[in-house]
Amino acid sequence: MSTLIEVTDLQKSYWRNNIEIPVLNKLNLGVESGEFLALMGPSGSGKTTLLNLIAGIDRPTEGKITIDGSDIAKMSESNLAKWRSANIGFIFQFYNLIPVLTAYENVELPLLLTKLKKDERKKHVETALTIVGLGDRMHHSPKQLSGGQEQRVAIARAIVTDPLILVADEPTGDLDKNSATEILNLMEKLNKEYKKTIVMVTHDPHAAERAGRILHLEKGELVKETV
Amino acid sequence: MKILKIMFKNSMRHKLRTSLTILGISVAVIAFIVMRSIVSAWDVGVEAAAADRVIVRNSVSFIFPIPYAYKDKLEKIEGVKRVTWANWFGGVYKEKENFFGRLAVDHNTFLDVYPEFLISPDEKKMFMEDIQSCIIGEATANQFKIKKGDIVTLQGDIYPGNWDFKVAAVYKPRDKITDATGMYFRWDYLNQRLEKESPDRANESGWYVLQVNDPSQIAAISQKVDNYFKNSAAATKTESERAFNQGFISSSSAILTAMNVVSFVIIGIIMLVLGNTMIMSARERTREYSVLKTLGFSGKHLTGLILGESLLISFIGGIVGLLLGEMVVTGLGQVVPKTIFPLLEVSTLNIILAMVAALLVGFIASIFPIHKAVNTKIVDGFRFVG
Repeated sequence: MSTLIEVTDLQKSYWRNNIEIPVLNKLNLGVESGEFLALMGPSGSGKTTLLNLIAGIDRPTEGKITIDGSDIAKMSESNLAKWRSANIGFIFQFYNLIPVLTAYENVELPLLLTKLKKDERKKHVETALTIVGLGDRMHHSPKQLSGGQEQRVAIARAIVTDPLILVADEPTGDLDKNSATEILNLMEKLNKEYKKTIVMVTHDPHAAERAGRILHLEKGELVKETV
Repeated sequence: MKILKIMFKNSMRHKLRTSLTILGISVAVIAFIVMRSIVSAWDVGVEAAAADRVIVRNSVSFIFPIPYAYKDKLEKIEGVKRVTWANWFGGVYKEKENFFGRLAVDHNTFLDVYPEFLISPDEKKMFMEDIQSCIIGEATANQFKIKKGDIVTLQGDIYPGNWDFKVAAVYKPRDKITDATGMYFRWDYLNQRLEKESPDRANESGWYVLQVNDPSQIAAISQKVDNYFKNSAAATKTESERAFNQGFISSSSAILTAMNVVSFVIIGIIMLVLGNTMIMSARERTREYSVLKTLGFSGKHLTGLILGESLLISFIGGIVGLLLGEMVVTGLGQVVPKTIFPLLEVSTLNIILAMVAALLVGFIASIFPIHKAVNTKIVDGFRFVG
């Protein structure tokens, strides 16, 4: 396996009322292609910030993030947006589906940015929804789905462009035990069968157990690694 | 699924709010259309003015007469093709409310100088032969059910007594901007009675109308006329018919200006309403915009979504407003006497103005939400609690 994500001397600070609040402090990290990594730590430890930086939805204060050879910290906003659409699949804690769109339409959203034709998009959307087990709920709106089903739609949306990396921020945080298990099974399947590299933030030790490696963060630093 | 579909679905997310906003825009467009149509109707008299006609009136005021004797002198002025004259008669037809213009005109020249009043040769012959005959515009004839051959009696006020006229013709206007409400009878009939009953008021004209050979010479001819009568008993003020008609409506100019201003103020108010709707919508969707950005949607995409939604709402509101506005103006045109607004209709210019205003409202209302959506950082958007 080769190193897909390389984080070097990463620093991130926020400013509130002219006071600098450091979140990540000189953090170094490498993630292999096809790895399933869990980030754990107490609230405010910087795990979600690290995830956002890896996903390219936030900018580091200092340091370097190289993904598949590209230094994403140096990309312009528009290039970063294009890069995200091609390389990152994001799974949110609260699913973040567009409520006025059906499951099919939500999953189709990222494909609207590609040059795929309608029938090609259809094929991709149907495949993604079938992988997550919602082939029969394509035309349901988010309101007509359970929390677990909504999250599966969100996962289908994340994988529909066949991205390099899936990033998941507390993907089971809003789900009951059974639904959480289903989602974790699905993520495990995506990692093992479809060789997706997954970086997941979680508070839940049971969820973290599914990962091949667990990194513990505290006050913006990596404090422990469990394999 | 296309971006247009998302835009449409977004606009229908809060059906009641969107419907009320569309209704608000429609009402504003209706008000705009009605006001602008009234303002345009007011200007019809100016538009109807012929390029080759010049009005000669008493320099003191329009209400003071000019001697009939001026006619021969006016005819001799170089560049004048024809001379006709008229007196404002006033009077009452049955009820005071039944207002329409009643004028005594020179039957020999009037229809030549005013070719926009259309009557048949037989009717013209009757008008020439019978001193008590008159012609009436079809709008007034229809309103009061007057037909050819009827006797119309006016009760005089400026010229006291009862005055009977035989309708020689119901004239048709040549075009939409020609006044179809006037009643024109023979000046010699008025003058003959005045010679008998009030000789001191006889042989006077209210004003003269000169038809000129070359409209470009109107200024020179006007000056020549006024110079000619400068030291006479009744000095004159001569101007083009257009300027004369403009002078008539200038007394209403403050009202017209106010109506014009109000029509645009309404558009401004509705801009705030739509702006508020768009800001609320964009605010509620802050997280969604962050999701879209995370998926790779750019600022241009978000601009398209928000601007498109705003334009869609304003466009629908504009169309509904135009359709209803057209109905209101048509209804008003049927209810309000032609004597007040001879031509009350929605002009193409006003349709264009209303739609441009509606779309402009949509465009401006989207600027702030677009700015906010595009410039909010993704992570801040996810933290946003609306």
